[in-house]
Amino acid sequence: MSTPAQTAADLPDRVIRHRVSGEDALRWTLVAVFATVLGLFLLYPLAQVLWRSLLDGEGRFIGAANYVRYFSTPAIAASITNSLFVSALSMVVTVTLAFGYAYALTRTVMPARGLCRVAAMLPLFAPSLVQALGLIYVFGNNGLITRTTGFNVGIYGAKGIVLAEVFYCFPHALLILSAALSATDARLYDAARTLGASPLKTFLTVTLPGVKYGLVSACFVVFTLAITDFGAPKAIGGKFSVMATEIYNQVSGQQNFSMGATVSVVLLIPAVLAFLVDRVIQRRQYALVTSSSKPLVPEPHPWKDRSLLLYCGLIAGFMIAVYAVILVSSLVQRWPYNFTFTVKHYDFDTAGGYHSLWNSIRVAALTAVVGTVLTFVGGYVVEKCRTAATGLLYLLSVLPVSVPGMVLGLAYIFTFNAPGSPLNLLYGTLAILIISNVIHYFTVGFLTATTALKQMDAEFENVGASLGVPFYRTFWRVTVPIALPSIVAISMYFFLNAMVTLSAVIFIVAPGTELAAVAVLLMDDAGDTAQAAAMSVLIVATGLVVRSLYWLAMRGVTARTQAWARSVSFLPEETT
Amino acid sequence: MPEASAPAVALEGVAKKFSEFVALRGISLSIAPGEFICFLGPSGCGKTTLLRIIAGLERQNAGTVRMAGRDVSELPPALRNYGIVFQSYALFPNLTVGRNVAYGLETRRLDSGAIARRVDELLAMVGLARHRDKYPAQLSGGEQQRVALCRALAPAPALLLLDEPLSALDARVRQSLRHEIRELQRRLGVTTIMVTHDQEEALAMADRIVVMNAGQVEQVGAPAEVYRQPRTPFVARFVGQMNFLRAVASSRGGWARVGSTELQHQPGFAAPPNSAVTLAIRPEEIAVGPSAQGAANALTARIAAVQFLGPFTRLALAMESDGETSLDCDVAATAFTALKVGEGAVVPIALAPEALRAFPAASAS
Repeated sequence: MSTPAQTAADLPDRVIRHRVSGEDALRWTLVAVFATVLGLFLLYPLAQVLWRSLLDGEGRFIGAANYVRYFSTPAIAASITNSLFVSALSMVVTVTLAFGYAYALTRTVMPARGLCRVAAMLPLFAPSLVQALGLIYVFGNNGLITRTTGFNVGIYGAKGIVLAEVFYCFPHALLILSAALSATDARLYDAARTLGASPLKTFLTVTLPGVKYGLVSACFVVFTLAITDFGAPKAIGGKFSVMATEIYNQVSGQQNFSMGATVSVVLLIPAVLAFLVDRVIQRRQYALVTSSSKPLVPEPHPWKDRSLLLYCGLIAGFMIAVYAVILVSSLVQRWPYNFTFTVKHYDFDTAGGYHSLWNSIRVAALTAVVGTVLTFVGGYVVEKCRTAATGLLYLLSVLPVSVPGMVLGLAYIFTFNAPGSPLNLLYGTLAILIISNVIHYFTVGFLTATTALKQMDAEFENVGASLGVPFYRTFWRVTVPIALPSIVAISMYFFLNAMVTLSAVIFIVAPGTELAAVAVLLMDDAGDTAQAAAMSVLIVATGLVVRSLYWLAMRGVTARTQAWARSVSFLPEETT
Repeated sequence: MPEASAPAVALEGVAKKFSEFVALRGISLSIAPGEFICFLGPSGCGKTTLLRIIAGLERQNAGTVRMAGRDVSELPPALRNYGIVFQSYALFPNLTVGRNVAYGLETRRLDSGAIARRVDELLAMVGLARHRDKYPAQLSGGEQQRVALCRALAPAPALLLLDEPLSALDARVRQSLRHEIRELQRRLGVTTIMVTHDQEEALAMADRIVVMNAGQVEQVGAPAEVYRQPRTPFVARFVGQMNFLRAVASSRGGWARVGSTELQHQPGFAAPPNSAVTLAIRPEEIAVGPSAQGAANALTARIAAVQFLGPFTRLALAMESDGETSLDCDVAATAFTALKVGEGAVVPIALAPEALRAFPAASAS
């Protein structure tokens, strides 16, 4: 018998390596491909932005001079405080409103909950500037209210941006808060009741603490969405400049790419900070609900239910009204003066017309395919092929959520419109739009995939290996079928976002690759508001049709998997 | 190099650490073909790590693993020729029972008829033939574990590894599955290593038990041997119930003092006079009542508590000579009734010298 090792120092740090098999080679290839994609399309372009912010217009290195100019030029520097102000205000208003709404949906038996849920999801199907357009059609200088009452509320500026952002961010906050409010343990409420706690005390000591992480998360998500949004402030901001529109002004208006890069880097800071703080906080959230938890079954309270119905009805009514206004204004001769029915506004004569809609659908469909494959295989690589690079790959995969679309778009100009670079081949193609969308929305898809993979028995691959079955076969025959609901949800998420995004593509659309969301912006800019409304209607309609197809497909998947799955509860319901 | 007489599995100095935590401190072990071996120990003792190293799912920092004479230390799991069953079953939920069992056969270029016959044969062996087209979620836990067993055995591996296969099942199913697994293993003659923390399971199933503690092997032996002659206090404590008595070695060889009482213990243990020793005796080895009178190591004790446990009754005994020392004692329920005593009664007891084991005191903690 050899002498047993007493301390860790007695043992070598190296483990005895297994001989490299063909499977290992394939695993490493996957890791390398994934790392290359993230490096080439995320890290390298972002580094370009950082570098360009340190150069002057002629490409000479000037250190922090751009930053000094940015902060010392009041007209531009105002965009920082403006951005922080409207984002913070949008956050407070949205989360407050969404909390009451989510409470009504999850904790009461209020009637018409399904209708309210659907109405609140409408903004997910439209570019953020559509919300703003709707508000302008009602409260703008030539708006319905302004014209009929003669009272101009002055919607252009901070007021309008906040209102538009509240609409735009509402469904995102609602989804997070609904999930948080649903995950509760009825036994806590039973305990509170047996201890004689008043409803208010129960709310403060049981309900609120139970959803505090959800609240924090909703706050960060809304703040990030609002501060990185471009469409709404562009359409309704007027002279009120925020950072996202400032980047656009510098780049598109003044051709000042260095200053655009500088504002981009500054805009990255609050977004990255919000993301980091959220990650740290979410990590603390563990096991609020255990397998022994009892679900809370809401009971009827006539008075409470009725007042909440009024509350939700008002919000849902506003949501629907905005879209109704867009729809009607696209179908009448001249909003708000001549309400004669016409379809002439659907006969687009500018901004690519139907070609741009068709482009959008193609880009969205391909983004869904490429994004789903990349996030799912990427999630598999990070979860199951442990290498020294795993930590870095994970970090890169969750980074995109904090990269504003404008910043990514500008980064892609620097990377793919650089003379002499082989990457130039991609410029002006639909491919670059697809890549940009995939990277822009990468994180949510990736996290959905890793969550689904984590919920699978970790021994599946080991069983396969022990039986001499290669890992890719087990991946195809077991992992993919089990994760199918998540895979479909991820593709839906990519599709809808690619349909409506503006910020990530505004800089990289080119003649021939016009997109519908960009067309809305251009038509509105050109004063063709009715055509902008018509195009918005078509975007929303496409989204709704695809979402309905998805719903049907999900029913099919669920029916097929019902035979073997007692529950596919990890399906992120309504991630889209 | 490989010969017929080579051990099915031979470990040599296998050591493993997880950063600063040493999980295995150099394990050497030889397992004969057809043997049923249990790795037994508390959680964290390294038994599962050792199994996973044998399986190639974990890589050791030092040492070699041989299978049938062949050094497999550097082989990936797929080339080691074993079947494994996990505590969680790890059945593929989207495949039917039949497809699960066939999973390892389908990559082996067998024609579908041969695969179907093999699947049916295996399922019939565990009495699940009629469940072939069901999905795992439609079966009970015990049935699922049997399917997992079939899946592992389907390619006729040279070695079967079982990682706590019964821990997730309820007590009754566990009992019957114990027999079933043991029967199947005997019939197929497949060398089997099972990891468990349940000493009763190990005693009931194993040809030999490897008792592990803190990354080391404490004892290797047949169940009866490990139970009757534990080599260390750890084994004595972990396998079965054991009373420990603090004692001092007497000047007379083979004797030790507990308080003022001198007791004779098993021969073969020597300690310098007046050094601390630990004596150990199992609860069922203590004689109580008239039969204890006049026997070797006879004492009197007070019954401090009586606990009825069905087939037997457990008495907490406080030794009369030394109020500090208390002993658990198991008496058959009928025998206890015949004694006609209750709590508080003072009874004669005897600690038979051949049952009274002695260990050095230092390692008894």
